[in-house]
Amino acid sequence: MPEIVVRKRLFCVEEIYHEGGPPPAKPYRRAAALAVIHNPFTGRHVPEIAFLMDALKPLGIEMASRLADLLGGAAMIQGYGKGAIVGARGEVEHGALWHVPGGYAMREVLGGAKAIVPSAKKVGPPGARLDVPITHIDASYVRSHFDAMEVGASDAPASDEILLALVMTDGPRIHARVGGLAANEIKGEDGLR
Amino acid sequence: MKAQIRKIATFVEETHREADRAIDPPTRKAAAVAVIANPFAGTYTEDLTELISIGEELGQLLAERAVAALGIDPARVESYGKAAAVGEDGELEHAAAILHPRLGAPFRKVLGKGAALIPSSKKRGGLGAVVDIPLGHKDAAFVRSHFDAMQVQINDAPRAGEILVAVAVTDSGRPLPRVGGLTKDEIKGEDGLR
Repeated sequence: MPEIVVRKRLFCVEEIYHEGGPPPAKPYRRAAALAVIHNPFTGRHVPEIAFLMDALKPLGIEMASRLADLLGGAAMIQGYGKGAIVGARGEVEHGALWHVPGGYAMREVLGGAKAIVPSAKKVGPPGARLDVPITHIDASYVRSHFDAMEVGASDAPASDEILLALVMTDGPRIHARVGGLAANEIKGEDGLR
Repeated sequence: MKAQIRKIATFVEETHREADRAIDPPTRKAAAVAVIANPFAGTYTEDLTELISIGEELGQLLAERAVAALGIDPARVESYGKAAAVGEDGELEHAAAILHPRLGAPFRKVLGKGAALIPSSKKRGGLGAVVDIPLGHKDAAFVRSHFDAMQVQINDAPRAGEILVAVAVTDSGRPLPRVGGLTKDEIKGEDGLR
């Protein structure tokens, strides 16, 4: 198994009390865990890259666990998302390596979330910002939980690095009021509704 | 609480490698940032007492949050810093009112010590303004290994009538310090300088 070399880890927790409207009883919280790793595939086209997904699983589990802890434990988590920024000498396909281990890790830690984990990825310079999309963990159509969290690191990704991100939230948007499927109407069978 | 807080964010940054060398234990920095309403937005007000009191309140709150984010005993904090970014309907002096008169005392109280000046930066800026919080050793400003900065930004702040207020703490200096000067082992800790 190839070694995953981590240069940096970053954590961010946002507590949102209001956005001009009446503050809800408990603030809405979003948290992100980032890891900056060396990209072993830079500077050339490497045909076989999928083997790295297994190697990323322990890192994913560690990030997802720490993220859930930051928001008070797995039982608190209602929304999630993931993303990656690939440094300039890599390709966007390298970011796609994060789909399986990132998603697997969050489901594992959350004990069987049903909805697909929304994601965003791109190639970018150090300091690039990524809007990581967020949806409800059990039903993608829950409209109150559609959100995004902007993440990034001032000095990453370097050209031979990948910045990996996982994001979790503990509730609906702060003043959610645009209708649609509500969290208390979830059937929870197909991951959609 | 005097401050009308819209948002609080905490950031932790761990450096595990630098120049392809392992940093073990990693160097760690944390920042706590509050986004508050600026009571004087859009006005010129001579007396800034209200912001000065808000600064005192945030000095304690943000110091506690930042230390908690780092997860260490407050006494183990090695360096610190503070910064503010004022939204477009405010003035630079509003940042000064929060940062300088009274924020430091409660910040130091949380840490148990802090003989050195708390380095600071301020600016006026828009949403997503990038804030570099300067860092210096908390007991001796001349400790060269601990001169650093931590970057923070919040994509939706400060709005025009808001102020972003940040404090940062670390449990370490730069990852591979080697430009000499006073070291932390040589601190006398009497005058806040050496």
